Amino acid sequence: MNYQLEINNITKSYGDLKANDDVSLNIKPSNIHALLGENGAGKSTLVKVIYGSLMPDRGEMKWLGKPYSPKNPFDAREQGIAMVFQHFSLFESLTVEENIVLGLDGVRLDENFTEQIIKYSKQYGLDINPHQVVGDLSVGARQRVEIIRCLMQNPKLLIMDEPTSVLTPQEVSDLFITLRKLADGGCSILYISHKLEEVRQICSEATILRDGKLIENCIPQDHSQQELAEMMIGKKLIQLARSNINTGENIFSISNLSQKSDDMFGVDLKNISLSVMKGSIVGIAGVAGNGQDELMELLIGEITSPPGTLSFKGGDIGNLNSHERRQLSMFFIPEERLGHGAVPDMGLNENMLLSRPQKSQMTSYGVIDWQSVERLTQKVISDFDVQTPSSRMLAKSLSGGNLQKFMVGRELIQSPELLIVAQPTWGVDAGSANNIHQALIALADKGSAILIISQDLDEILTLCEQIHVLSEGSLSSAVDMKEDGLEKISQLMVGSES
Amino acid sequence: MNESLLINIIIGISIASVPLIFAAIGELVVERSGVLNLGVEGMMIVGALLGFVVQFHTGSPFIAVLAALLGGMAIASIFAFLTQFLLTNQVATGLALTLFGLGFSAFVGRGYTEETIQLITSTHIPVLSDIPIVGPLLFSYNPLVYLAFFMVYLVWWFLFKTKQGLILRSIGDNHDAAHAIGHNVIRYRVMAILFGGAMAGIGGAFLSLVQVPIWGEDMTAGRGWIALGLVVFSSWQPFRVILGAIIFGGITILQLHAQGFDIRISAQYLSMLPYLATIIILVSLRMRAKNKTNRTMPNCLGRIFHSTT
Amino acid sequence: MIRLIPRIENSNAMILLSPLLALTFTVITAYFIFASILVDIEVSSVFYTLFVEPLTDSYYISELLVKAAPLMIIALGLSIGFRAGVWNIGAEGQFVIGGIAGSAVGLYFYDVEGFWIIPLMAIAGILGGMFYASIAAFLKTKYQVNEILVTLMLTYVAVLFLSAMLQGPLRNPSGFNFPESRIFHDSALLPIIWQGTRVHIGLIIAILFSFVIWFGIKRHMLGMQIKITGSAPRAAKFAGFDDNKTVWFSLLISGGLAGLAGLFEAAGPAGQLTPGLPQFYGFTAIIVAFLARLHPLGILFSASLIALTYVGGENVQIDYDLPSSITQILQGMLLFYFLACDILIKYKVVLFKTIR
Repeated sequence: MNYQLEINNITKSYGDLKANDDVSLNIKPSNIHALLGENGAGKSTLVKVIYGSLMPDRGEMKWLGKPYSPKNPFDAREQGIAMVFQHFSLFESLTVEENIVLGLDGVRLDENFTEQIIKYSKQYGLDINPHQVVGDLSVGARQRVEIIRCLMQNPKLLIMDEPTSVLTPQEVSDLFITLRKLADGGCSILYISHKLEEVRQICSEATILRDGKLIENCIPQDHSQQELAEMMIGKKLIQLARSNINTGENIFSISNLSQKSDDMFGVDLKNISLSVMKGSIVGIAGVAGNGQDELMELLIGEITSPPGTLSFKGGDIGNLNSHERRQLSMFFIPEERLGHGAVPDMGLNENMLLSRPQKSQMTSYGVIDWQSVERLTQKVISDFDVQTPSSRMLAKSLSGGNLQKFMVGRELIQSPELLIVAQPTWGVDAGSANNIHQALIALADKGSAILIISQDLDEILTLCEQIHVLSEGSLSSAVDMKEDGLEKISQLMVGSES
Repeated sequence: MNESLLINIIIGISIASVPLIFAAIGELVVERSGVLNLGVEGMMIVGALLGFVVQFHTGSPFIAVLAALLGGMAIASIFAFLTQFLLTNQVATGLALTLFGLGFSAFVGRGYTEETIQLITSTHIPVLSDIPIVGPLLFSYNPLVYLAFFMVYLVWWFLFKTKQGLILRSIGDNHDAAHAIGHNVIRYRVMAILFGGAMAGIGGAFLSLVQVPIWGEDMTAGRGWIALGLVVFSSWQPFRVILGAIIFGGITILQLHAQGFDIRISAQYLSMLPYLATIIILVSLRMRAKNKTNRTMPNCLGRIFHSTT
Repeated sequence: MIRLIPRIENSNAMILLSPLLALTFTVITAYFIFASILVDIEVSSVFYTLFVEPLTDSYYISELLVKAAPLMIIALGLSIGFRAGVWNIGAEGQFVIGGIAGSAVGLYFYDVEGFWIIPLMAIAGILGGMFYASIAAFLKTKYQVNEILVTLMLTYVAVLFLSAMLQGPLRNPSGFNFPESRIFHDSALLPIIWQGTRVHIGLIIAILFSFVIWFGIKRHMLGMQIKITGSAPRAAKFAGFDDNKTVWFSLLISGGLAGLAGLFEAAGPAGQLTPGLPQFYGFTAIIVAFLARLHPLGILFSASLIALTYVGGENVQIDYDLPSSITQILQGMLLFYFLACDILIKYKVVLFKTIR
């Protein structure tokens, strides 16, 4: 069998941590091959080894039958291996053509080159304008730039890292058409994703990693989504469902909230309206870049809202900052952990102080009672299963899942009457995600109100009984889930965007 | 005001702007790569000292300028090593560089405070320099002046017309992305820092070799700091550096002449003008840009690059 | 190949060791540099005069304390701002303006006796420094103009202003036209706490402030606010801290303390307002703050160390006819090495075997 890429017994350690432990996999020509695994399973490490960004400790690779050991990404690209990064390696202040030429070697920027870009864009149906500044582009357009940058290398292997996490359903279909065209043309694709339904749609083979080890090579279509997930996690998933939905009166409303974004690349919010009842979990779906960040800033209180737009327990809270809102029992968990929800260079105990309602008694007249803080920190650590050797562990040293559990615990321990959370399980391993979902359901069952903003449709569908969609700064009214809810949601997510 | 006085003023302004142009264009490249080097004053004064000392001992302006260039690069290399390899805080390291440079040059220069040297003479281009008015205005400067303007062009060409320049700008925009693609972030930044040191060195040498033929501990009088302000003023665009430098050169010269004109403001207040002008210009820039995101500032300016491999 | 691996927790051992390492490296490097430049002088005796001799004599020690006090006061103020990411580089200018303001009050009452004059002068000094720093605070919060450039430019302006004042309104009317003020009368001079020396009450105030600030940083939410703003600005917003308030607070407190130090210098060791008031304390205090890793108690030590090099430097000047810039070189070098060794606290140095 002639493989495009053979990987044999690759091992790579960081100190004590074995990121890749004796991993082998083979990619056939013209195949779309999935690489599955949780965060921390070793996918990124393996891919960096293939792309020449990392040297393995042991093992070897063969490319097109010959030994292959790239010393840097230039070597990989020279051999015909290209990579589309998860978080896009684009330069916002530069134009599309400048961005593309930066990812290619041995080429200069001139009219010829610009013509080439247009040629490729037409050939693969990826619509872009070479002279636009990337900072002005939508997320979908940016990904098209990343992809064209790779395609112009005429690669034989294209590595795609979580390509659809920021796309609308329509953009995902378009992407799949492009990928099939590519594969038919002789280019293999290594497709990293945790969207199992998509993987089953487009990939002909899959390799599953867990904890750095190779678990299984299989054909995705032969298994159900559930089975694939369980292979990834290694244990059975608890089926979550909210059985006890008991909603009460209105506790929080947003009324006609509009806000122009200060940031040139930001999204303007238009007339957002929403009501949340006690005991209910309300979800705002939508892919990133549609105003979620801007809305969250207003909800937390980092930016003030006009009078009459935000009301909580009957009172106007528009001009209160986040600390003042917490005194009323409104709590928040932002999307970005390090740098926003937690200070990376401080310990967990110090990070407790970011959220300090009066009743927590961590401070009095501004003076900090460190013993109180320590007690509360320990409670969060034990109640929410945060894996950490000490309460003084620096936030940046915790894994994503554990830090998220800490942040969730920090807020939940205050028994919030309203909890607003963005991307509650983004980048979190399935076990921790499950814990967090259970905690949220338990909170709502006790009568608290929860507002969730999430890109993860599965999450929204699992937890929320009231669902809205945020698209280009506008919020839909609640979607009636009994009548073709899923389709309506997809339509709303696309909105009027071309 | 008579004609030859006006010509002299314009020539004076051009000359006063040269050290600022050198220092600022060097720092512009450094900041475009994402690094903030506050040590410009220190590098300039070291250049001034080395230029003076070498000229004193060798009488050769060419070697003196070369020495200043190398000296600026040498102490810039300390900054490069600390910030790029040991990941130190750029603000603190830049300040340390200034202090060290000031001390070092004062120390080595202690024996030269009484001496004078030969100034670099202006060039005389046959025919061109003799044209009335235009001749002295455009064609009778010493070579360093022409070099300054040429360096601005060279930097513009490098940044906007070459691939390496594009890579450097991309590093200043998003050093993580540049690294992921495979470009060597540290190498580009080190080269930029060394270039900045060389330029600051030459700028300093201009002070002691062309403007005043003596050496004094405080020769630079804050010009390095003004150069930093100029880089912001120019919105990191090379040709605007010339505009800013001329404005400052202009203020300095006019202030000197104003004292001669018997204007009834005491000398100290006039001397404050260049510094106050720097502040006012920085504020007015901001006032105009108040509602737009600052797109021209290199996004990674001052941030430490942590290689994850 | 040497690699830097981030540590999980900051190494406590290194927090104490790295300043000592930096000091050692500085001494060694300086030794070699001076040995090669100063051919006819015995370098080790120069070092003795620089570092050891000042500690042997009570007079020198007193002078050390005289110099340490203003460094402590200014550095304490700066350290707060630096923690918050507010870089007040122009403390020297605030020092001068505070000195002018406080001296002006003292000179105004030159024929009046009273115990209240000194406190009034001190308040004037603090307000003067605060006012001067507030310019930068205003420009930064309203127009996002970088405070480094503003405070620095204003320093040059302040020094020129001092000269203008001393040649104008504040000049001693019966002083032969020298650009100096009158000598302060008794009520305007700071009390001396160590009889027979110039050590004045400023030292006590400095030590007091250092404990107050230490308490504030460790046990008060204001301290957390400062630290969080400097470390993670978005998290500070999340916690409800107002960024503008933090900037104002940092600049006002560092400006006020610098101004106070300026007044202490004029009303203490100098006894009058002269053009010699600016002695680079404002800049050196920056080094003092960094050397102490911004820790209030550490500043007491680093200020004393730097003051030691000043006194030693003066003696070296007298004994060996070497310029005062020798001290500046040492201080610059010390800061370089300190920054370099600082990395050992956050990172482990590991030797890697390369593959292939």
